[in-house]
Amino acid sequence: MSSTDRQLLSGDSAIALAALHGGVALGAGYPGTPSTEILEYFSHIGGKAQWSPNEKVALEVGIGVAYGSSRALVTMKHVGLNVAADPFFSAAHTGVVGGLVVVSADDPGMASSQNEQDNRRYAVAAGVPMVEPSDSQEAYDMTLAAIEISERWKTPVLFRVTTRVCHTQAPVQPRAAALPMPAPHFEHDLRGRNLIPANARPAHRRLRQKLAEMAVWSETTPLNYVIPGDKKLGIITSGVCFMHAREVAPDASFLKLGFTHPLPLEKIAGFVRSVERCVVIEENDPYLADAIRAAGLKVESKPEMFRFGELNVDRVRRILAHDASAEPARTPGKPPELCDGCSHRVVFQALKNLDCIVAGDIGCYALAVLPPFNTMDCCVCMCSSIGIGLGLRHVLPPAEAKRVVSVIGDSTFVHSGMTGLAEMIYNPPPTGHVVVILDNSTTAMTGHQEHPGTGRKLDHAPTNKVVYEDLGRALGIEKVHVLPLGKDCAEFQELLQDSLASEKLVLIVARRPCVLAAKNIREYEKCNQCATAKEVLAK
Amino acid sequence: MKKTINVVIAGLGGQGVIKASDILSEAAFRSGFEVKKSEIHGMSQRGGSVTSDVRFGPQVLSPMISPGEADFLVVLAPDQIEVNRSQLRAGGVLIAPDLVDPAKLSNRKSYNIALLGVLSTHLEISEEQWLAAIHAVLPKKLHAANEQAFAEGRRVAAVKV
Repeated sequence: MSSTDRQLLSGDSAIALAALHGGVALGAGYPGTPSTEILEYFSHIGGKAQWSPNEKVALEVGIGVAYGSSRALVTMKHVGLNVAADPFFSAAHTGVVGGLVVVSADDPGMASSQNEQDNRRYAVAAGVPMVEPSDSQEAYDMTLAAIEISERWKTPVLFRVTTRVCHTQAPVQPRAAALPMPAPHFEHDLRGRNLIPANARPAHRRLRQKLAEMAVWSETTPLNYVIPGDKKLGIITSGVCFMHAREVAPDASFLKLGFTHPLPLEKIAGFVRSVERCVVIEENDPYLADAIRAAGLKVESKPEMFRFGELNVDRVRRILAHDASAEPARTPGKPPELCDGCSHRVVFQALKNLDCIVAGDIGCYALAVLPPFNTMDCCVCMCSSIGIGLGLRHVLPPAEAKRVVSVIGDSTFVHSGMTGLAEMIYNPPPTGHVVVILDNSTTAMTGHQEHPGTGRKLDHAPTNKVVYEDLGRALGIEKVHVLPLGKDCAEFQELLQDSLASEKLVLIVARRPCVLAAKNIREYEKCNQCATAKEVLAK
Repeated sequence: MKKTINVVIAGLGGQGVIKASDILSEAAFRSGFEVKKSEIHGMSQRGGSVTSDVRFGPQVLSPMISPGEADFLVVLAPDQIEVNRSQLRAGGVLIAPDLVDPAKLSNRKSYNIALLGVLSTHLEISEEQWLAAIHAVLPKKLHAANEQAFAEGRRVAAVKV
């Protein structure tokens, strides 16, 4: 099959294919459901893609690519943009030369996330344009449009997708001729890109000027279009909600928004006036409804109960029917659990046996909060375990403080855990502290992605490796232990008990490959002698 | 075929729910239908409940099947039948795991494809397109076992009828 044939693609894969056809020179990101497959597929079809330690670094790499007159695609899940927010806001001020598309994959309903966060707010807060596709075809088309918007206004573009767009497979007709890859080159722009206050003040004015121009463009772009229909009911919508609403009310008039910041307020006003009843259908926050009402237009929004979770055909039907009665509860399915033979089981059995206070983190091991372990006291955000553990150590009475342990996975640790260790060295609690890195040699939760601690790149080819125990020693941690985990928890439990009793700063690297990834890891290691790891993987 | 066909495939992580829905959507796509396939994955490899919605027909809008609107419910694990039964519309067809005897499969892991064989006898998709989809989605070394499983599913369904 040629890459221009009509084909079934997930939204994630469609973004990747468009990036390839759109001349993207580099894709960078950090794995996170539902965004992970974008870079994996981009690499699979021949694009240059790499995992960064975290989303902030990935975006900074992307900004560098775009300063070099090349195109970058930066991918992350919604919470990743919190981590990358610092460069995101500033890049809106400096602007870019090559296209810079920042994908935020939101997760309404939290199928695999720690919070429900509507990142459309970020487009407004940072002052960047935003596009929102509703299916795979639009994911493809709008990725190309986003590159063009980015280069036309020299600004990063927020590409906002949701789980149902990312993970739905649907037909995509790619374009025969897309965008040729520009030749990278560097031109100095000292005033434009050095955000010292004297430069940043005019930069902010330029940013607002761009937004004013884009607001005018928003009125006429085909990304925002009206589907004429029955004048009794008008629906303003974006993203996958468009599909649900079209199914519920096929005869209604629609204003479908694909370019959702800055909004086409005149077009919206004309549409609102053209229909008897106008309803905004959107998931999570009333982003569109608030903006439209703030412009003095009368539209219906959804009842508060529909802020929570995904929308679907049934829920949209209820919204249109003013039905705010209780929804039927779904029969709960079987929850996931730590795999048989998972190395995390050994560690959490020991933590349970010793009645530890466990500051946990993001990863498979968060499943330790469920039976049979019930042994994780908090799981807040990437790498929070170290800081929270230290905070608890600082204030709890010594008898309790001495039971506090921070537990963090290997990929999570690389994400932003090094700063936590620096804090531990700098502000040591009186009772010391124990940090356990659960090193299973992969990013297990999101589907076994590589990271800087595995010594393999995104495509599993060998590269340099960050070694946690060396890092711990270099930072000045008093006791650094490496323990290969066995099947039994006794040895780990003994080490943990001694470490807690020592009242020193201790780092334990508890090591055993993920039981699901071990076979592949052995293959990759064997392949280090081959020409490329890809060759063997392709078999 | 005028209406959209809704198929929910359900099971536990690791049973091949997603692979089965990949093959069904590929077969429908190759048969000239519009298709959308949607599921929630992420934690799915950790043994929890997994469902995948496949919709195909002349036009498909929403990627999700509303409760009570599935024409077919294919279930790979016995304990997932009751959890998902409310997905079926009145008169919808349940394709339950006890329809196929795993001992009759050359590879028990092909159980998902055997149930697709049963499903195939209800759908307007030719056997040729099903086999092409199996070949397109699965690696070559698994083709023979899965063709056998698919044929066994069709055989069982024919006997039932």
